[in-house]
Amino acid sequence: MSRSKRISWFHFSSPQTFYPLAGRLQPWFAALAVLFCAIGLYISFFVAPTDAQQGESYRIIFIHVPAAWMSMFIYLIMGFWCGVGLVFNTRLSSMWASALAPTGAIFTFIALWTGALWGKPTWGTWWVWDARLTSELILLFLYIGFMALQAAIDDQRRADKAGAVLALVGVINIPIIYFSVQWWSTLHQGSSVSMKSAPTMAMTMFAGMIIMALGFWMYSIAAALSRVRSVILERERHTEWVMTEIGGRA
Amino acid sequence: MNWQSWSQFWAMGGYGLYVWGSYAVTLVVLAAEIAALAVRRRGVIESLTKYYAARGRNDEAKA
Repeated sequence: MSRSKRISWFHFSSPQTFYPLAGRLQPWFAALAVLFCAIGLYISFFVAPTDAQQGESYRIIFIHVPAAWMSMFIYLIMGFWCGVGLVFNTRLSSMWASALAPTGAIFTFIALWTGALWGKPTWGTWWVWDARLTSELILLFLYIGFMALQAAIDDQRRADKAGAVLALVGVINIPIIYFSVQWWSTLHQGSSVSMKSAPTMAMTMFAGMIIMALGFWMYSIAAALSRVRSVILERERHTEWVMTEIGGRA
Repeated sequence: MNWQSWSQFWAMGGYGLYVWGSYAVTLVVLAAEIAALAVRRRGVIESLTKYYAARGRNDEAKA
C-alpha cells in the first residue's frame, strides 16, 4: 500500500481532522433525533392501541426498551474503542470511550427508572433482585466506575489504560444482561413485543419501539459527537491547531 | 385514536403516574445532558482562552 493511501485511510482518526467533521455532523444527528422521537412519540401515544393485558401502562415500553438497548449497545461501542485504544494506543479511540460513557450511563439510568415505574403496576414491586435487573444495575456501576477511575488518575494515558481494562472486563456483563431472562427464571418478561398476537396491533407497537430506538440512537451519536469535541479540545490543548481554533473564536 | 379527551390522555387509564413519571424523568435527564454538554463546551473554550493568554504573557516575560 502506498503511503498516501494509508494516510487517507486514517485521515479522520486524527483528532485534528475529526474535530471539524464532528462539528459538521453533530447538528444532522441532533435533527434526526428530534424527527425520529417526534414520530416515535406520536405512534406510541396515538397510533399504538391499548394493550389487552396491561392497559395503558405498557406505553412505558416505548422508552424502556430503546433505553435498555442503548445502554448495552453504547457499552459495547465503548468497549470496542477501549480495546482499540489499548492495542493501537490511538488518541481518538480513548477520547471516544470517555465521550460515550456518560450517555451510556444516562440510558442505563433511564432503563432502570422506567423499569421500576413499569414494575410497580405490573409486578406489584418497584424492584426485585433478579438476574435482569441486577445485571442492568451492575452496568450502571460499570459506567460510573469507568468515569470515576478515569477522573481519579491524573496521567491521561494511565487513566485511559486503567479505564479500558475495567471497561473490557465489564463487557462480560452485556451477554449476561441480554440472556438473563433465558438463563434464570425471572419476573422480567422475555421478548418484549409478541409478534404472534393480532399482527396489526403488534406491528404498530413494534414500529413505535423501533422508531424510538432510532431516535435514541441518533441522540446518542449527537451527544457523543458534542462531548468528544470538548474532550478533543481539552486533551489536545498543547497543540498548535487547538490554539488556532480557540484563538479564532476569541 | 385512543383518547376521547385530554383528561383521558393524561389519566392513561389510571396509570398516569407511572407512564408520565417515566416520560417526564427521561425528558428531564436528557435535557440535563444537553445543558451539561453546552456548559462543558463553553467552559473548555473559556478556560483554554485564559490558558493561552497566560502562556502568551509568560512567553513575553521571558523574551
